[in-house]
Amino acid sequence: MEIIVALSIGVLSASGVWLLLRPRTFQVIIGLSLLSYAVNLFIFSMGRLRSGAAPVLSGASGDLAQYTDPLPQALVLTAIVIGFATTALFLVVLLAARGLTGTDHVDGREPKP
Amino acid sequence: MSNEPLLILLITLPFLSSLIAGFLPANARNAEAWLAGAVALAGTVLVATWYPDVADGGVVRYRAEWLPQLGIEFSLRMDGFAWLFAGLVSGIGLLVVLYARYYMSPEDPVPRFFSFLLAFMGAMLGLVLSGNLIQLVFFWELTSLFSFLLIGYWHHNAQARDGARTSLIVTGSGGLCLFAGVLLLGHIAGGYDLDTVLAAGDAIRGHALYLPTLVLILLGALSKSAQFPFHFWLPEAMAAPTPVSSYLHSATMVKAGVFLLVRLWPVLAGTDAWLWMVAGAGLCSLLLGAYAAMFQQDLKGLLAYSTISHLGLITLLLGLNSHLGAVAAIFHIMNHATFKASLFMAAGIIDHETGTRDLRRLRGLGKLMPITASLAMVASAAMAGVPLLNGFLSKEMFFSEALAATTPIPAVGEFLTYAATVAGVFSVVYSLRLIHGVFLRPAPEPLPRVPHEPPRWMRFPVEFLVLLCLVVGVLPGHTVGGLLETAVFSVLGDATPHYDLALWHGFNLPLLMSVIALLGGVALYALLRFLIGDAVKGTPLLRHVPAKRMFDAVLTAVTWRFAHFLEDLLGTRRLQPQLELLVAVTFAVAALVIYDRGLHAGWMGTSAIDPVLLLVWVAGGACAVGAAHQAKFHRLVALILMGGAGLATCITYVWLSAPDLALTQLLVEVVTTVLILLGLRWLPKRIPEPEARPTPLERLRRLRDLAVAVVVGAGLSVLAYAVMTRPLPDTIASFFLEQAYSGGGGKNVVNVILVDFRGFDTLGEITVLGVVGLTVYALLRRFRPAPESIEIPRQQRLQNAEDEARGDRHKGDTVADYLLVPSVLMRLLFPVIGIFAIYLFLRGHNEPGGGFVAGLVLAVAIILQYMAGGTRWVETRLRIRAVRWMGLGLLCAVLTGAGAWLLGYPFLTSHTRYVELPLLGKLPLASATLFDLGVFLLVVGVTALVLLALAHQSIRSRLARGSADATADSAKAVLDAIKED
Repeated sequence: MEIIVALSIGVLSASGVWLLLRPRTFQVIIGLSLLSYAVNLFIFSMGRLRSGAAPVLSGASGDLAQYTDPLPQALVLTAIVIGFATTALFLVVLLAARGLTGTDHVDGREPKP
Repeated sequence: MSNEPLLILLITLPFLSSLIAGFLPANARNAEAWLAGAVALAGTVLVATWYPDVADGGVVRYRAEWLPQLGIEFSLRMDGFAWLFAGLVSGIGLLVVLYARYYMSPEDPVPRFFSFLLAFMGAMLGLVLSGNLIQLVFFWELTSLFSFLLIGYWHHNAQARDGARTSLIVTGSGGLCLFAGVLLLGHIAGGYDLDTVLAAGDAIRGHALYLPTLVLILLGALSKSAQFPFHFWLPEAMAAPTPVSSYLHSATMVKAGVFLLVRLWPVLAGTDAWLWMVAGAGLCSLLLGAYAAMFQQDLKGLLAYSTISHLGLITLLLGLNSHLGAVAAIFHIMNHATFKASLFMAAGIIDHETGTRDLRRLRGLGKLMPITASLAMVASAAMAGVPLLNGFLSKEMFFSEALAATTPIPAVGEFLTYAATVAGVFSVVYSLRLIHGVFLRPAPEPLPRVPHEPPRWMRFPVEFLVLLCLVVGVLPGHTVGGLLETAVFSVLGDATPHYDLALWHGFNLPLLMSVIALLGGVALYALLRFLIGDAVKGTPLLRHVPAKRMFDAVLTAVTWRFAHFLEDLLGTRRLQPQLELLVAVTFAVAALVIYDRGLHAGWMGTSAIDPVLLLVWVAGGACAVGAAHQAKFHRLVALILMGGAGLATCITYVWLSAPDLALTQLLVEVVTTVLILLGLRWLPKRIPEPEARPTPLERLRRLRDLAVAVVVGAGLSVLAYAVMTRPLPDTIASFFLEQAYSGGGGKNVVNVILVDFRGFDTLGEITVLGVVGLTVYALLRRFRPAPESIEIPRQQRLQNAEDEARGDRHKGDTVADYLLVPSVLMRLLFPVIGIFAIYLFLRGHNEPGGGFVAGLVLAVAIILQYMAGGTRWVETRLRIRAVRWMGLGLLCAVLTGAGAWLLGYPFLTSHTRYVELPLLGKLPLASATLFDLGVFLLVVGVTALVLLALAHQSIRSRLARGSADATADSAKAVLDAIKED
């Protein structure tokens, strides 16, 4: 199972980085989203992979033998929400820049030929 | 001595009053002058009362702890010499304040002037009273700073700005050299306390680091006192208001350099290195300053060069390694301060009354303003060294020192005698230019203004100082004899030589030199008048010595050309190289760590591969690669594929025991997709050009980016795999698992961490969300879409055309009924989704759910209504005040946190109780639930605000489309943006 998650992190991040280095703003916003999937999965995987051990207690207290690590999950939950906020902000900046500069190049102007 | 604490008052009083002065109204000229005058008077009186304490060689001290770890204390130390300077600073300060009251025009912003002047006074007093050298350097730099501010006081004047900058760079860098020198000195002496340093004279002179120490300290002292080759800043500083020139640039600040030389004379002087450097710089400044002063056309320029020359004289005297020379230097410090300050003030009066400082135009003022003229003439005579005036006495001492000087090379000693006489001649010439040229020559051409005598109290400081020149000149022994003795004794101690402070020493060589200087000066003046008259342009021979120009060239090279070179070399405005660098550096850092420590993968063994998840990720990976491939030309496809990759991520979370993450990911996915869909409407199509083939360079660039992407992806894969196959070390997770229910009262540990254990982080996070929401809203208020996308979308145009083509339909019918069945369903779903959101919220503490998720769900319910019914339909029925939701949410979260204070607990401490509610059953009502409610409200608010603000653009631009100027406006915005580039 680990190898699947590791490879999927790799594919997501490679696609994300490729798009991040492209010249068009829309490519960058898609790239950032893909990269954030990869990074979230990566952080999540730091708590190791376990099936059927969600950190929802059945008794009054629990330990790591019964449940998976809740800490990376809490971190990733925050990261997902903040990622949404950044995407929203970036999208609006992208649109405003397109209207203002007349181009969707990340530098705000077309490169000199 | 009970008045020692008053020493600190002497320093702090000017600084405090400086603050007060800065806040007085702009036209409070009199209040400012009274305040500054009172401070200066208090300072003068305070200093005067200490005279008995220092007269017998005593020292008044004040110590306070400053940096005990470094063994440095704040120490004020007043001995005879410091007393003399403190007296000069506060006494002349008082006169300058009085003078400035009349000099400054009502239009000038006087609070700034007096504020800086008072602060300078405090800094200068701090400098002369410093009992340790670090502190001295601190005040030293402060004086440079206030000098800068005062020179640049009339900052609308380019000359003032240039002069201020030059002086700050020269004296400021000198101060840094001095700091380094002082650190070395303290290192040699074993402490920075002045007494420690003064007691270590032999050790310092014999130390291997003596020479570098000396050079660094001299760089500081000589640059401050405008000595050759750093002299050029002083004439530039004449752009300052005249009270400043009179106070800082003749009487006090420029004396700080020679003050330091005198202060450290007992420990640094006495070596050949000292003689060559100090006496050399002094001699050059003495001769060059006097020579240049003869040819100045600006009254203040003449005085500035003569100041350089007189400071050179003092430096030369100190450089001769003779005790009598030091005595003469200290005496000349006093004398120069009196006559030069009064001359500057007189120059200011002349400028004020006639409207010009041009020596070629100023004539015959003796008749028009006889009192000022007489005063200025007496002061000039003192400057020239005419008998019966104080300048004569110290000049006599200088001549006899020049005669007696012993240098390693005898010829130099002889040369010194002639040089001293020549300098004397020059000083007579430039003094005569004032006495004869300005006051006694008849006035043929009219001046810009007909001058009158200045106000009574503007002249008073000049009168007072000139009177001092006279009294000291006639009765030196009875007036300043005691003061001088005290000051000299505090510097030289038991080595104080015998000297005779008398007017008449009989017929001797110094007297002969004086006579030669006076007669030669008169002759040279007459000759110069006959030969060149007023036609002189610049200083002959020296005109081409480019000290200032070299300084400017260096400055331009460093601050302009070098800076641009670096910017061109290292900087770029393009985003792609920056991002590439970022990715590369991040990768390199991680690779370096792995290279250093090893990867250690595979300790734990892996779990079995689940074929379903494998298939999910075959699809997810294909989606990701597809999105990367399509994002340029097929945005909608890329968006859908991105959603596919997101779904795969979401399924992975479900699979691997993270229900909360899966819920949040799913909802964020929905909201993000809707958001980007709304945005796509405003992003004009990008159509591939079939014949445009990438150039080889572009191909190469893409290949490189592809390599970077693959390498980074592979690296992350390897890293993730390595970590996942190692056993989990003991983390704080155990604590959370144990305490979640007993401490936080919730069974969903992730939710308890978010709202309880790490509640403060969450508070920060929702604040960031709120800020983003407001920013998006603000950006969209002034949103100008791209001109290409202002038209209504193609599909709607086609639908409208269809309506018009068919007779039985009105235009807009198809658009209104578009997707009728789904939209009815969506309307029906609103209450269902709303209840589901509340359900998720309430169960969040014990089951997967919580404020974030519930907020996103409610926001989705709202946006669905907009999609189903259109903006107008929804807003006539339901008005979402998103900003209020946000405010309420933030308030709720903060108040919940603050509530803990009322009960005496730290911020955000939570309390748990289970309550039995009818119908709903047993509910956990932790205070954390209230906090979560805040999160919920805020998330609803932000999400709705962002989505609706973007959705509203369609209505806005439809309204704007009616008026033609929308297009014109956006075209103008584009033009503006291009222009800004």
